Amino acid sequence: MSEEHSTHVVSYKFNIIIWLDLLIFTLITIEIAQFDLLALTVIVALIVASIKTFLVGSYFMHLKFENQFLQRTVVGVALLFVAVLILLFSDYLV
Amino acid sequence: MSSELGAHSHLFHRDDYGKKMGMWLFLFTEVLLFGGLFIVYAVYRFKNHEAFHEGSSELNVIVGALNTVILLTSSLTVALSITAIQLGNRKKAIDLIMITIALAFAFLVNKYFEWNLKYEHGLFPGMEHYKQLSRGESQFFNLYFFMTGLHAVHIIVGGIFLLVVAQGIKKGTINQGNYIYLENAGLYWHLVDVIWIYLFPLFYLII
Repeated sequence: MSEEHSTHVVSYKFNIIIWLDLLIFTLITIEIAQFDLLALTVIVALIVASIKTFLVGSYFMHLKFENQFLQRTVVGVALLFVAVLILLFSDYLV
Repeated sequence: MSSELGAHSHLFHRDDYGKKMGMWLFLFTEVLLFGGLFIVYAVYRFKNHEAFHEGSSELNVIVGALNTVILLTSSLTVALSITAIQLGNRKKAIDLIMITIALAFAFLVNKYFEWNLKYEHGLFPGMEHYKQLSRGESQFFNLYFFMTGLHAVHIIVGGIFLLVVAQGIKKGTINQGNYIYLENAGLYWHLVDVIWIYLFPLFYLII
């Protein structure tokens, strides 16, 4: 039955490294927000947030060690949402 | 196979992969729930850029950042508790879950003081000061209260889920050979963290 589990063990140390990365990216978001980059401000904030989401998803949620079907489903849902946002703004910005 | 499952384990079909897939499908519906709200946010913000900037300046970046650090740390402790149970250290797993729940509580206490301050300033839906806000600013605060409120409800649900899992580990029904419920509680908790990762810059850090 053990084969039903993803048996990959993420070490304590590696989890802590990911956590430190997440804290650094949080600091970066706050620092960058001090500068007025106009429309870029939101874009940069969303990119940094998405990097953090990638780290949480890959390592804390163990997606990196899951089977391909689950990985692709998650990526598919993420892309679906991005597509909705792009379609929305293709309507507003033009 | 671990000995805790006992001699009858072969009589039962256990489908951990199915349980995990079910959890992920549920998380997708959560993404769509919050996603819809983020789309409303995007449109209102696009139409009322100045008002959103004004509204955001009413929020305390330090409190928001502190809550971000609290949630990221709680995500770490859940991830560590999964490592602990995989290594067969049940006591450590329970301790780490209890730390997570304490952090969740700290997050909510912070949120309480934050909302309370808004309430004292009359910035709560239906109050006098609130009614005098411009349309854009009231849209900002409506979304702020609704989205952070809905998020806080998720924190409470996630905390209860983790508490039930901690009980299971204590009783031994969740153990080194069978920890899918801890994994699922962890997945839910990380999703709540990810939602906050987006809420924080979009509400607290608007230029």
